[in-house]
Amino acid sequence: MKAAVIVFPGSNCDTDCWHVIRDVMNVNVDFVWHKETDLKGVDLVVLPGGFSYGDYLRCGAIARFSPIMKEVIKHADAGRYVIGICNGFQVLLEAGLLPGALLRNRTLRFMCKPVYLRVENSTTIFTNHLKQNQVIEVPIAHGEGNYFCDERTLETLEGNKKIIFRYCSENGTISDEFNPNGSLSHIAGIINQKGNVLGMMPHPERMSESILGGTDGKKIWESIVSYVK
Amino acid sequence: MSMTISEPKVTKELIERHGITPEEYDYICKILGREPNFTELGIFSVMWSEHCSYKNSKPVLKKLTKTTIAACPNSLLLVKPGDENAGVIDIGDGLAICFKIESHNHPSAIEPFQGAATGVGGIIRDIFTMGARPILCMDSLRFGKLDEKINKHLLRGVVAGIAHYGNCIGLPTVGGEIYFDESYEGNCLVNALCLGLMKKEDMIKGSAKGAGNPVYYVGATTGRDGLGGAAFASRELTEESKEDRPAVQVGDPFLEKLLLEACLELKKTGAIVGMQDMGAAGLTCSTCETASRGSTGIEIDLVKVPKRETGMVPYEIMLSESQERMLVIVEKGKEKIVEAIFEKWDLHAVKIGEVRDGHLMKVYENGRLVAEIPARALAEDGLIYNRESTVPGYLKEMQQLDLNSIAEPADFNQVLLKLLDDPSIASKAWIYEQYDHMVRTDTVFLPGHDAALVRVKGTKKGIALATDCNGLYCYLDPYEGGKIAVAESARNVVCSGAKPIAITNCLNFGNPMKPDIFWQFQKCVEGMTDACCVFQTPVTGGNVSFYNESPKGAIYPTPTIGMLGLMENIESRIPSFFQKAGDTIYLLGETLNEIGASQYLLNVHGLKQGLPPRLDLKKEKALHEMILSGAQEKTFVSCHDLSDGGLAVAVAECLFGKIGHPLGARIDFEFGENLRRDALLFGETQSRVLVSVETKNEKFLEALATEHGVPFYKLGKVTENRLKIDSFIDIDSTQLEQVYRQAIPRRMS
Repeated sequence: MKAAVIVFPGSNCDTDCWHVIRDVMNVNVDFVWHKETDLKGVDLVVLPGGFSYGDYLRCGAIARFSPIMKEVIKHADAGRYVIGICNGFQVLLEAGLLPGALLRNRTLRFMCKPVYLRVENSTTIFTNHLKQNQVIEVPIAHGEGNYFCDERTLETLEGNKKIIFRYCSENGTISDEFNPNGSLSHIAGIINQKGNVLGMMPHPERMSESILGGTDGKKIWESIVSYVK
Repeated sequence: MSMTISEPKVTKELIERHGITPEEYDYICKILGREPNFTELGIFSVMWSEHCSYKNSKPVLKKLTKTTIAACPNSLLLVKPGDENAGVIDIGDGLAICFKIESHNHPSAIEPFQGAATGVGGIIRDIFTMGARPILCMDSLRFGKLDEKINKHLLRGVVAGIAHYGNCIGLPTVGGEIYFDESYEGNCLVNALCLGLMKKEDMIKGSAKGAGNPVYYVGATTGRDGLGGAAFASRELTEESKEDRPAVQVGDPFLEKLLLEACLELKKTGAIVGMQDMGAAGLTCSTCETASRGSTGIEIDLVKVPKRETGMVPYEIMLSESQERMLVIVEKGKEKIVEAIFEKWDLHAVKIGEVRDGHLMKVYENGRLVAEIPARALAEDGLIYNRESTVPGYLKEMQQLDLNSIAEPADFNQVLLKLLDDPSIASKAWIYEQYDHMVRTDTVFLPGHDAALVRVKGTKKGIALATDCNGLYCYLDPYEGGKIAVAESARNVVCSGAKPIAITNCLNFGNPMKPDIFWQFQKCVEGMTDACCVFQTPVTGGNVSFYNESPKGAIYPTPTIGMLGLMENIESRIPSFFQKAGDTIYLLGETLNEIGASQYLLNVHGLKQGLPPRLDLKKEKALHEMILSGAQEKTFVSCHDLSDGGLAVAVAECLFGKIGHPLGARIDFEFGENLRRDALLFGETQSRVLVSVETKNEKFLEALATEHGVPFYKLGKVTENRLKIDSFIDIDSTQLEQVYRQAIPRRMS
């Protein structure tokens, strides 16, 4: 398996993702600068967190015009794998690879803290090492992670089991109290129709080593690595 | 049609408005052999301001750095304090750490969001200027009482500003400290710290060398923002200061992120001769300081400087403090390498001049000479003053405290709840959750611990860092307060399991022209010096911020210490919180009848009075050695220092390791019969920590303490969910946690 971490100007979780893929998962991984136009046949593309283009205009709105994004779209259209984390999720929405939008957190403040997620669909290539309804702990760090979409899109997401993670309590209870940013239907992560493009606000790369407080996030990397291998 | 803007004549009023004394003006004329023109006057005024020249503090600071370095022969400082933009210290394995703390108080008081944001931006530039990759930030903040609307506004703005800059650039803000007190009303303190890591051989110096080497201007464009900020920082804040808002700069963290990556990429090419950021006094400071350090001349032409506004005159271009700009001295012949890298990152990189033989800084505008000054005279030769110093009139009376007049409270439960509800003591999660404190995936101890702890990937090492200063202690006894600031920050680092190795400091005081303020300054520094010598933590550099006064008076003397600790093996780290019920709790260190200057006295009796606790440096050092020795053997399950609020608050804090799942404790005193109960529970006697150990390690701990001459007291056990302290305190842990966690949010909502 081979992975690529895309580097936009302003990406800042690029080295974190690269580190986990290389040093924790022992997978071949390269950085790809956003002005490049060749993904060199990688299996997995990671759009990392950060502030691409300083989040000017709107999070992810400028990054989607970077030259490499044409290749990322082709890569996704060909059925290969893409994961967008935090700002990467925002870029995927702006690029139209996933439906919906991310609004400012309802507190209007940036928020960095560990949250609990309930696995809503454990049959995807990104979640096959997790159990259905399993509760995992993964941190969030964003100012604009409040997921929103129209009613019909929500129905489609729900009907087709495309909502992958929901914010919840430690015991898996879903309620407003445990929704950190006001996301519609408590959505923390969704997958596309074909099931090869995942977008999520929480950062699995920050919870992939026990020294950092837990390894729940590692399960997501393990799922994709074992699937591709 | 060309338009020439006539420059103002240099008159007596103009000189005075630039804060230049008649004596200084005569000296300028002597240096130049003539009278300065308007541009030159401006240049001298910023370079000779307190902010850039340390004219009122230099003699005191020199003694501090010299004494501590001489007393620490084994320390591994790689640059002398003051010689470069930040201190650098060798940590072994070919690695070096570069760290510094700096104030941005006045800008933050006027415009909290941008003031704090650009404070963070500035300190980050100081670190990557040296060739180090910044890896973390911390902040030490002071505001007036949080019940006042204006202070909520300031806190909200400052925290959002720090978050805006640090989060965007991708640096974790891993901790810091904050106090709320009337003394900071109208003059809040924002001290920003940044730490970077590099290979030893990668250090870049801020000096210009080699006649003919090109001088590049890189980064953002120059505008009129922040005009004369350094001079602004060297005055007291008044009602009219709000009109100085143009003196506050506007930050762009995205641009700085690009600049950071471009500079570090450029470093690898070997094309850099020297580099300096344009911070205070912008282009002026960076050109004359690099030339002065390199003992050379420098020439620049302002027409080449990228500008964001039209019609800027040389005076404005030289004094602008627009952010995210750097001056890079490049090896001749390597210009193309530089230009290609900055083009990749979509940044300006313009050759604006050259290094020259001689010693002059020559500034041209389109070929016309507009300023010509010996570089060294600007950077080094400003007049230095030994200010008058007298014991403040308030001191004697304020230090008096008749313990017999202080009635012990009837209900200690209420006292504990009140202290946990004090925003200076309570949980700071409302603040640090706005900072991305995990990016870079190195943060091993999340904020809330005694010290921040990050790992160094590819090694076993850990870097611990703590900031500290108790301003009330420093007000009531500057010498003891300065000593305690160093001791407590060292203790914090030690509690995490790391050995203190060096400090940086940010000395916040009032107007140094007032003899009693200058006395506070001298005494605090003396206390710091003595502590640093004993702990073997040399001063690597820092910053002085004077004129922290509002119409209500001076702030408390606040010498903020940033203490660096090193852990050779991160597996020997110790968390600050109890981990499991059944463990045994010990108090290490002796408790005295000390309630002077305590949070208890302030909160319960409304008194800011008495002598702060006395600190015995030898006892403190013995405690450090004992903990570090125990950490190697994995003796402690947890270790937390006692500070504001004393023993009862410290025990409560140890319960709150996991949000929503507080532990409990059952404590019975077998000592302290001769102590006041309030002193026992809430006194702030120094050199004490609270540890928890597994039952099987009790004997080992007691032997270890005995060996190091540290008094120890077995207090009791960690329990599931209730805090019981003898017959005095009995409260449900959930209630305690609720109060502790809600204190700031409820005031901010």
